[in-house]
Amino acid sequence: MAYVALADREPELSHPHSFITKYIWSQDHKVIAIQYGLTAIAVGVVALILSVMMRLQLGFPDSFSLISPSEYYQFVTMHGMIMVIYLLTALFLGGFGNYLIPLMVGARDMVFPYLNMLSYWVYLLSVIILMASFFVTGGPTGAGWTLYPPQAIMFGTPGVEAGIVLMLASLAVFIVAFTMGGLNYVTTVLQARTHGMTLMRMPLSVWGIFTATVLGLLAFPALLVSAIMMTFDRLLGTSFFMPAIVSMGEQSAYDGGSPILFQHLFWFFGHPEVYIVALPAFGIVSDLLSTHARKNIFGYRMMVWAIVGIGGLSFIVWAHHMYVSGMNPYFGFFFATTTLIIAIPTAIKVYNWVLTLWQGNIHLTVPMLFAIGFIFTFVHGGLTGIFLGNVVVDLPLSDTYFVIAHFHMVMGVSPILVVFGAIYHWYPKMTGRMYNERLGQTHFWMTFLGTYAIYLPMHYLGFLGVPRRYFAYEGIEFIPESAQDLNAAITIAAIFVAFTQIIFFANMIWSLFKGKKAGSNPWGSTSLEWQTPNTPPIHGNWGDELPKVYRWAYDYSVPGAEKDFIPQNTPPSDKAPETNT
Amino acid sequence: MAEQALSNENMVAEGFSGIAQDWSDEKQAFQVPWGKAMMWIFLLSDTFIFSCFLTGYMHVRMNTTIAWPNPSEVFALTVFGAHIPLILIAIMTFILISSSGTMAMAVNFGYRKNRKVTAALIAATALFGLSFVGMQAFEWSKLIEEGVRPWGNPMGAAQFGSAFFMITGFHGMHVSIGVIYLSIIAFKVYRGDYDKKDNYEAVEIAGLYWHFVDLVWVFIFAFFYLW
Ligand code: HEM
Ligand SMILES: [Cu+2]
Repeated sequence: MAYVALADREPELSHPHSFITKYIWSQDHKVIAIQYGLTAIAVGVVALILSVMMRLQLGFPDSFSLISPSEYYQFVTMHGMIMVIYLLTALFLGGFGNYLIPLMVGARDMVFPYLNMLSYWVYLLSVIILMASFFVTGGPTGAGWTLYPPQAIMFGTPGVEAGIVLMLASLAVFIVAFTMGGLNYVTTVLQARTHGMTLMRMPLSVWGIFTATVLGLLAFPALLVSAIMMTFDRLLGTSFFMPAIVSMGEQSAYDGGSPILFQHLFWFFGHPEVYIVALPAFGIVSDLLSTHARKNIFGYRMMVWAIVGIGGLSFIVWAHHMYVSGMNPYFGFFFATTTLIIAIPTAIKVYNWVLTLWQGNIHLTVPMLFAIGFIFTFVHGGLTGIFLGNVVVDLPLSDTYFVIAHFHMVMGVSPILVVFGAIYHWYPKMTGRMYNERLGQTHFWMTFLGTYAIYLPMHYLGFLGVPRRYFAYEGIEFIPESAQDLNAAITIAAIFVAFTQIIFFANMIWSLFKGKKAGSNPWGSTSLEWQTPNTPPIHGNWGDELPKVYRWAYDYSVPGAEKDFIPQNTPPSDKAPETNT
Repeated sequence: MAEQALSNENMVAEGFSGIAQDWSDEKQAFQVPWGKAMMWIFLLSDTFIFSCFLTGYMHVRMNTTIAWPNPSEVFALTVFGAHIPLILIAIMTFILISSSGTMAMAVNFGYRKNRKVTAALIAATALFGLSFVGMQAFEWSKLIEEGVRPWGNPMGAAQFGSAFFMITGFHGMHVSIGVIYLSIIAFKVYRGDYDKKDNYEAVEIAGLYWHFVDLVWVFIFAFFYLW
């Protein structure tokens, strides 16, 4: 078959002139990335505020009456859904994916820029639909982010009037947006790399984002289908998920459906979803650690295969979320086994991160602090996952604060720390200016210690059996009164962490105007995005000629080299010896 | 490295090691145009959607408390006094499969850059698709007349109607979108857009979509009507 070199085809770039086509209806992946990122962070702030309201209720049930029990459910639901889907998924893939993939693989843009632009606008539409549910009669849905039927669409659940329909519609629209973007990311990585950029020379950030996108393209269909079926149940009166129920003394019109089916569909999406969030974080953190430790990543190939392996395995573990739902015991055995097997590639990654730091020339810059913080929180959350993966251990812990602590450590705090690290790391490239170091360090320590203060005590509450998704705990006999003191302390820590984020926003905005000029490669980084002719990179990224790649992305501190890093586009020479990759 | 790889271009290995070589080399993972690669990936994702629909339907069907209506009875027509089970579905299936034939021919003529024949064959494919949708509309209205609704029906389990309207509706939507898509491509072929570019790959990409929609129907036919 004819040989098609990668760089021989180029996307048809539009060449905008007016402000609007350049910065608003833009087809430039970097502008789209920033639009995605800002929108995601904006909804993330909404979710953060919701969580503070919930914490105030839990910590000081008698002093505050800000929210009603129904509102508590609605806030839990919106908080969870926004954080997982509209913040983390959109930010990692739509934001970092868009920004980094073309720059890191040496392309001028995504393969289909127009589709990429549509992806953002459709995403924005999904966010608007979601936010609209705050303003309709009955408010947003209070079904919990898992949206389990029958209660999600039964009379008595808040938001059953319109909120649940808007939620399902918004999810469907989000999936359309994700698919348009995701097809672009995958095709760009597979087909549009520059000369010399073999798959095994790509930075791990690209590997993480790429694999996560593939997971998304295969997992979101299950969510789409369950959303459609549930919409029909709610609007057309079908009974896909609804058994015959007597509620409040009345027989509902539903009959003969299967609520367990929803749980299977949901978690067939839901478990891969946690890796859609985790894999980009794995990839990015590897690059941060290697760059700021001035050392090559330990076991690059193993890291790649671990990402791919975790991605594959994540499709056969979903029912570990359903141990208490009632399943054939053999299923429990199967899913517990696969779940524990995932711990192997995950552990490989953790060892490799630590070994990358081993004897490295560690620069404790702000991105590095966040990356190291991630190793702590992730190990912590991963270990509790091994507890929950075992059926007998999970049964008493399921639906308690132990699970809350587990998934907040592992998919809340950990990816968010990486998000912060990544923003600090690439901020000089995106804006051309440096952030304020001291504010950054303060932000890290307050966030890192603060989140531990929030989630560590929750494990203990879980052991006590404190159930999740409760508005208040008065009069529950088995919960000792001292648990309330712990809850108050957690709330104080949560408010502290929430306010800490003001430091971050202030730093970002202030530095945009007043930060000192960063130069094109302030970290001495090897990967291609730091080798662009302009900083910030302009439309088309590379000037007249695409870069040519001669080596992997991890040539740090190579013996005999002139500097302690060799950019990927440096040809082998005496001053930049070839390494065997 | 780079030079070496470039000089290897004629030595493409066969089979699995060929794939490994393609993927580890500094070239496109698939030796196809971008649009085609993207269509393949999209169709993979769409396969998961239909698989979820079908497994969902099967799960529901096996769990209903009331017996499932017998499809070959429900979908029987009385033509000229003869009672023939599944006749309409058989015709619809035949038409859709024929349309895949005309589509394949269109792709072939596209490669030969035969503008007029290509356009005509794509248009024929679209017409086949349109008649499929038309017959589906007939089938829907017949069932609705007989009292089948998404929330219930006189023949048995309510989920029969729910799954029927949902799955054939979702597939019918794919066919309808395909008809519009093919009409646009046919028009562009006819106008000579692809002669100007000297590149008919858009026809093949549309063909991929159409064959997929067709293939999915075979599964729906097997799992919904024949079971
Ligand atoms: C060694 C790795 C892991 C294991 C063995 C594991 C195991 C489990 C198990 C068994 C549960 C169900 C608990 C219950 O509901 O009773 C669970 C819940 C959860 N896990 Fe993990 N997990 C691991 C890693 C992760 C990662 C990496 C993430 C995300 C990045 C994650 C996110 C979640 C979430 C969001 C839930 C809660 C879902 C809910 O019920 O609302 N887990 N985990
Ligand atoms: Cu899981």
